Amino acid sequence: MKRRKLLSTIAVHTMLLLSVAVVAAPVVFAFIFSTQTPAEIFRYPPKFTFGSAFVENYRVVWNQYHLGLYMKNSLFISIAVTVGKTIVSFLAALALVYFRFPLKSWVFTFILLTLMMPTEIMIVALFELVTDLGWVNSYAALIVPFLASATGTFLFRQQFLQIPESLVDAARIDGAGPLRFAWSILLPMSMNVVAAMAVIQFVYMWNQYLWPLVVIREGERQVIQVGLRMLTSGQDATNWGLVMAGAIVALLPALLVFLLLQEQFSRGFALAEEK
Amino acid sequence: METETHAAYKSRFLPWLLLLPTFVILLVFLYYPTFETFRLSFYRVAFLGLRKVYVGLDNYREIFTNPEYLRIFWNTAVYSFLVVFFSMAVGLFLSVLANQKVRGWRFYRLMLIWPYALSPAVAGVIFLFLFNPQAGIVNYFLDVLFGLRPDWLTQPGLAMFVLVAAAVWKNVGYNVVFYLAALQNLPGDVLEAALIDGATPWQRFWKVTFPLLSPMTFFLFVMNTIYAFFDTFPFVDLLTKGGPNGATNILIYNIYRDGFEFFKTGLAAAQSVVLFVGVVLLTLLQFRLGERRVHYGG
Repeated sequence: MKRRKLLSTIAVHTMLLLSVAVVAAPVVFAFIFSTQTPAEIFRYPPKFTFGSAFVENYRVVWNQYHLGLYMKNSLFISIAVTVGKTIVSFLAALALVYFRFPLKSWVFTFILLTLMMPTEIMIVALFELVTDLGWVNSYAALIVPFLASATGTFLFRQQFLQIPESLVDAARIDGAGPLRFAWSILLPMSMNVVAAMAVIQFVYMWNQYLWPLVVIREGERQVIQVGLRMLTSGQDATNWGLVMAGAIVALLPALLVFLLLQEQFSRGFALAEEK
Repeated sequence: METETHAAYKSRFLPWLLLLPTFVILLVFLYYPTFETFRLSFYRVAFLGLRKVYVGLDNYREIFTNPEYLRIFWNTAVYSFLVVFFSMAVGLFLSVLANQKVRGWRFYRLMLIWPYALSPAVAGVIFLFLFNPQAGIVNYFLDVLFGLRPDWLTQPGLAMFVLVAAAVWKNVGYNVVFYLAALQNLPGDVLEAALIDGATPWQRFWKVTFPLLSPMTFFLFVMNTIYAFFDTFPFVDLLTKGGPNGATNILIYNIYRDGFEFFKTGLAAAQSVVLFVGVVLLTLLQFRLGERRVHYGG
């Protein structure tokens, strides 16, 4: 019996380690080949160790293929949307939870229905709108449409409803107005939701691809994900070392955020499910 | 909405002021473009986009009768089914593994879910390289093992396989996160009762565990389908461009092509409406099942 248990434990660990290896393999290979010259990459059998173009490949994609610039652009729009959406959603949830006002259930439905409207679906019409606004090729087109969301509003609403109502009553009796209450009590008590939402929003914006591809028509303002696309199509004979270096550069920030803030990530997931 | 208990404040203007930014953004950048998409689907663009002509349901007639468009719907159905099925099946399998009371499950969990943080574009270019016929590592291994060097992206079935593999690899982690959480929250007494009944592990899983997971399975079905509909655009764009010969052309990619490469705005809008109807149905399904999940949780 004990022997069988030991065997099954070993089997489980083996299968898990195998799965972990399969999951990691694409990125591990990408990293190894990102250090090789074209000649090393096309060698047969392939060279499974680091090549001689480590610094060179990364320097070239960063400067000559402008990934440095695109990274900066992506960072800018991701942070802008994360901060903006957090504030906008926080304020909307504040109104929904802590105020009595007419037509509230209509407002609620109005926000709820937008859960069914992903940007991708309306991309043609949105592009015409953004063109009319004169926002083509601008950061505004990448930021403003994403500043409000049903998800964000409901995440905060959920959190507020879990805070005992006695707190708001006490604040009111103490003469604290709604904004003061929001700033000095509600916000500090909602920091976990703020963090969870920020992480998810950041990664979501960082990974945007279709909309920037459509709306940004010149290199200067392009984001990193579309920059990768240019890397694969911009040359006659693809230099895979450069493309893989680009992929590694592009995945690092989101992966770093994920690894450092795993707790918030998982919590954000759980919250998004409850919404 | 159901709870007015917290609503301690009353003010005529302040709540509307607080809601104003949300209203403006949602109205201008979600409601209006959605409405416009419906409207555009009844028009056809003429003269290099300078003029729009009302054509009634012509665009819909075109996409529902033209074999090329019917093929796109078929491709979308096949691709979505494969991506959803394998993402969830592999996700469930890995979660069950990680849920065996082994040491270090947290480490395993982390190592199984991290690709979820990568973007589809990154996953796309990496798979483009891995499956490259000459330089790709996949063909090296296949050559060594079986003497095969398939030309992945020029054969319909193989191209579809690469697209599915890339999409599944990126999304399995999401399913592991949720399935593992659900497994760890299963009521222990039910599982114990099954244990005492002398059911084999296989029976226990399919007769007890899997039905208990069904609310989570429904939730993940909806989320994975939405992923397959929309987030997979970069895979198609980077790996196959819908090819070979339209074999991997799916709705979201064709909407982009019709809208921004061929300037058939009306047709792109009509296809968007079809996709929109799909999302609405899925969302309604999710709301219904979501309510039921609360009851399951007791």
